[in-house]
Amino acid sequence: MGEVLRPHAEQEYAAELGRLAELDDRPRPPGWKLSPWAVTEYLLGGELSDGTVITPKYIGPRRLIEVAVATLATDRALLLLGVPGTAKTWVSEHLAAAISGDSTLLVQGTAGTPEEAVRYGWNYARLLAEGPSPQALVESPVMRAMRRGAVARVEELTRVPSDVQDALITVLSEKTLPVPELNTEVQAVRGFTVIATANDRDRGVNELSSALRRRFNTVVLPVPASADDEVEIVSQRVAQLGRALELPEPTTGLAEIRRVVTVFRELRAGLTEDGRTKVKTPSGTLSTAEAISVITGGIALATHFGDGVLHPADVAGGIHGAVVQDPVSDRVIWQEYLETVVRERPDWGDFYRACREVSA
Amino acid sequence: MSVEVYGIRHHGPGSARALARALAARRPDIVLIEGPPEADPLLPLAADPALVPPIALLAHTPDTPGPAAFWPFAAFSPEWTALRHALASGVPARFIDLPAAHTLAPNPPDTAPQTTTTEEDADGTSTRRASDAATRAAATGDDASSSESAEPARAQRGRPGVGESGAHGVGGSGAQGVRGSGAPGVGESGAPGVRGSGAHGVRGSGAPGVGESGAPGVRGSGAPGVRGSGAHGVRGSGAPGVGGNGAHGVGGRGAPGVGGSGVQGGWVGSAGSGEGGMEGVLGDPLGVLARAAGYEDAERWWDDVIEMRGEEDPFAAVAEAMGALREGYAASGREERREAWMRQAIRKAVREGYERVAVVCGAWHVPALREKVPASSDAAVLRGLPKVKVAVTWVPWTYGRLTRASGYGAGVASPGWYDHLFTAPDRPVERWLTATARVLREEGVPVSSGHVIEAVRLAEALAVLRGRPLPGLDELTEATRAVLCEGADLPVALVQRRLVVGERMGAVPESTPMVPLQHDLRAAQRRLRLKPAAEKKDHTLDLRKPLDLDRSRLLHRLRVLDVEWGSPAGAERGKGTFKETWTLLWHPEFDVRLIEAGAWGTTVEEAARARVVAAATATKPPDLPELTALAERCLLADLPAALPVVMRALADRAAADRDTTRLMAALPPLARSLRYGDVRGTPVAPLRAVVDGLVVRICLGLPGAASTLDDDAARALLALVDTVHETLALLDVPEHTDRWLASLSALADSPSLHGLLAGRLTRLLLDAGRVTDLPARMSRTVSVGTPPERAAAWIEGFLSDSALILIHDDALLSLLDSWLGALPPSSFEAALPLLRRTFARFAAPERRALATRARRPATAPASDDDLDLARAAPAVATVLSLLAPSGIAPKEPR
Repeated sequence: MGEVLRPHAEQEYAAELGRLAELDDRPRPPGWKLSPWAVTEYLLGGELSDGTVITPKYIGPRRLIEVAVATLATDRALLLLGVPGTAKTWVSEHLAAAISGDSTLLVQGTAGTPEEAVRYGWNYARLLAEGPSPQALVESPVMRAMRRGAVARVEELTRVPSDVQDALITVLSEKTLPVPELNTEVQAVRGFTVIATANDRDRGVNELSSALRRRFNTVVLPVPASADDEVEIVSQRVAQLGRALELPEPTTGLAEIRRVVTVFRELRAGLTEDGRTKVKTPSGTLSTAEAISVITGGIALATHFGDGVLHPADVAGGIHGAVVQDPVSDRVIWQEYLETVVRERPDWGDFYRACREVSA
Repeated sequence: MSVEVYGIRHHGPGSARALARALAARRPDIVLIEGPPEADPLLPLAADPALVPPIALLAHTPDTPGPAAFWPFAAFSPEWTALRHALASGVPARFIDLPAAHTLAPNPPDTAPQTTTTEEDADGTSTRRASDAATRAAATGDDASSSESAEPARAQRGRPGVGESGAHGVGGSGAQGVRGSGAPGVGESGAPGVRGSGAHGVRGSGAPGVGESGAPGVRGSGAPGVRGSGAHGVRGSGAPGVGGNGAHGVGGRGAPGVGGSGVQGGWVGSAGSGEGGMEGVLGDPLGVLARAAGYEDAERWWDDVIEMRGEEDPFAAVAEAMGALREGYAASGREERREAWMRQAIRKAVREGYERVAVVCGAWHVPALREKVPASSDAAVLRGLPKVKVAVTWVPWTYGRLTRASGYGAGVASPGWYDHLFTAPDRPVERWLTATARVLREEGVPVSSGHVIEAVRLAEALAVLRGRPLPGLDELTEATRAVLCEGADLPVALVQRRLVVGERMGAVPESTPMVPLQHDLRAAQRRLRLKPAAEKKDHTLDLRKPLDLDRSRLLHRLRVLDVEWGSPAGAERGKGTFKETWTLLWHPEFDVRLIEAGAWGTTVEEAARARVVAAATATKPPDLPELTALAERCLLADLPAALPVVMRALADRAAADRDTTRLMAALPPLARSLRYGDVRGTPVAPLRAVVDGLVVRICLGLPGAASTLDDDAARALLALVDTVHETLALLDVPEHTDRWLASLSALADSPSLHGLLAGRLTRLLLDAGRVTDLPARMSRTVSVGTPPERAAAWIEGFLSDSALILIHDDALLSLLDSWLGALPPSSFEAALPLLRRTFARFAAPERRALATRARRPATAPASDDDLDLARAAPAVATVLSLLAPSGIAPKEPR
């Protein structure tokens, strides 16, 4: 069997988690693999007493991670809100990996998520053959997490239909999941909690009921505060992805990354970084995550079709695709931006020509 | 005999609580408090239940308005605790700081003559600003530099002792900030560091000196071993004021140990970094220690580190820390004098035979007050200080003014939170979050008890995670955001304003010394049931009711006195003349302005009148528009006695003014005042006389004003003609209207008149029914003999931004149409831009209607002949009856 394409967080950072657990002498809440301090350190990075370097998983305000960890430590559920691409899923995966050592108890929320995904389902062959029995029961990730005292993750909670969302209320308030067919229930073991993520850009898809909402503590993940933070995030992720995809690191990476980040930030904010020129904002979200994928795509192009050096031409296509989501209005916005902002910048000539070529 | 010195943190509830415990245990027989000794006679008032903190001691110089200083006290201020303790246990209390008589006095002449002159210049013009700034409570802090650097402490000195050493920086900064002078102070002072910091801190805004002096400080604090302070120094350097202090840390300090000096530099720095406001150097030595220990909030550090040590006396520990901070540091300048004075005051108390003396002062001063200094050297320091006559009183203060953001150097970030910490009997976390939930509910955010429970749990978990014994404001705010507000920032900001800062305002009893003007205002406030509050409140006054009318008069009179307690909300001149909307918000500095205004009279009315009269008869007379505005205020404030004076000045001025356009600009406000007069019951006869005179002058002067104008001037005059015309229509005096229309019609025929004006005058006359030969005039204008530019301007003026007349008068439209059609190409090109501009102003439907008509101009005009008068009659009657009561109905209905 070949190497997996994308290892889970607990696999990829197994070494860091192991060292943290070894050196962690603070009290751990029941069911936790690490103490809250160690979890915070795992997320935010740092250096351990034996010199092990913990890479930062989240670059942003410390207090957000502290609030998130403190929330989970009080066995409250955590709701991570933010526009797409603000590392909600990323943070939730790493929190689960650090706390439970398992980030796979995942319910992906979609418009078609059935109640079985949150509660339990049946193996119908057995159900018909044997009648209701524990063996015929198919557990959901949430149920498994309750049994094991682990963190369950629900992605895109607002996409889940309201009736399915409400199935979570009992789980979160009573910490139990009744199985009336077997006249039994699964009671959550200590350590169980839920991390949900939701996108507040298209709020109202299935707005959470206030009964459910009030069972979550909310942490809003912001877009990166400064361009430097964002460049840091992008280059770090690109380096990791590049490793996973076995792409050699191209040489002029940072300059190009900075350029992509600048373009994204300016279009997102509707204002150039020097605060002098207003630009229109396209319909796409232009998140940090998209910037990462533009760069990764550019590197793949540079490696396989170019000279291994990341040139503006390699990212131009990706940027065009990320910005122009709506073929009519976004196209105009992008061309306006190219002509009024990009063209004026002295060192951006190559980039301008590359983009013109792509969008022509 | 024993003297115990308690070093406190100004406005620190932790200090206050510890102090209360210590005083109760020690039972001193006299309490000496850092504060202006002039206030001693006022101390018994603190026992009056009607004196409710937050309040402030205000020291001002009755003879020369301008300089003033405040010493604010909140319920949680340790000084207040000490005062209440003394009063409750019947022992004397005294203020022992350098008297305000010295701190407010101008500088001794022997220093820096060059600055003194600048000073005076500045004073001449900026008394007001100085006092304003003072009120702004930059006030705070004692300033080390002010007297040295030739800063007559005209500036606010603040709460001396607030931040001790920091304080001196602050005061200095205040002083100079106001004055804008003070660079010299740096050079002269023996201990450049200290004074320098003050001076620079002040200027804060980036005087070059700052940078230089800052640099060493920063570097100094970076010395190894003092990680925390290094950090502060650096951070501090961000604010210019800080730099100066940093310098002081390094230079003055002599570095007896890396650690110590580093801290010192850092301390100053961090103080400056405070909130980066004008405080430049906020003296908060405890804050520095706290930051060195990794705490953002000194209160929290005090609670965690000092109070949690149990029964141990925190004051010993604080004194020790301050001793280390001050090691090798010699006070100089104002600080030296203050400490000398305090030592003298302590000696005096001891000489008088008190056995257990308790001294309450800023922590920074503790080592200096304990130091054994010969009385003679203190006496030498204090010899020959300049002096000024000072009056002191209590004034109400607000929590908003206690915040650092308000510019108060020794301010705290969260007075509301401190108040809560001090007053909550137990379970501060639970109580705070419950109070938060209540505020949110009041604002319509649904918050249940379940939310509060979870918020408490989260706050506690966060505190544990951060290694703090109890959740502090940071944790509570984060819990509020994550649980109570569900991640939203807006309600968090609301909590910040309503709870963390708080909107509380203090009160002072009747017996407080006040200038008669203040007494009068308080009486008026009671009578009119208007209570000063630190919270914005809207009042709509119905001027037909006597009570509301009186309120309106009071607010207008206060505005005359620069006490903008009420500001007219929304459109100052609404359509109705009997309704006024005011937004009321009391600021503590209004008391200072009242005291200053006390020079004008003993009642609000008298003072306002005197002020108006003085303004009207000033040696350099105000110009016409100013005078008319003054007259309007006079009427609004109901100052009939001042009106004749203003009117006379106005009439004189109008007679002398050759500029007709100015007269025209002056007319509308006066006419408005005439109309107000009716509602307010003000006698308007003198006003009417002035208006009459103005109208005559305008009518006579108009032809002169309208001759040989270029385009811009014509446009400006056009606007004036329009307003005058409207105003006269409002006044509805037939005599005036006739005169005006007559002069207009004489002018309209003048061939040299600018086309724009000619067109507009024709239109005004047409509307007034004075033009019968419109088609003839128009065709004259657009005929070949007239340059097309003039014709186009005439049309613009005539149409006056509306195409309605063209739409409804086919004759005019066809005239215009044929003129346009007949223009030769070159003339057409010249006229086109002008016409384009005119037509672009029309509303889109008008343009559309016009275009439709222009396309088929030959159609027969719609005739009115087929109207069924019998059927129309009832509708006409109804419309007339609707219009009649309001007086809008035409005089002769057809």
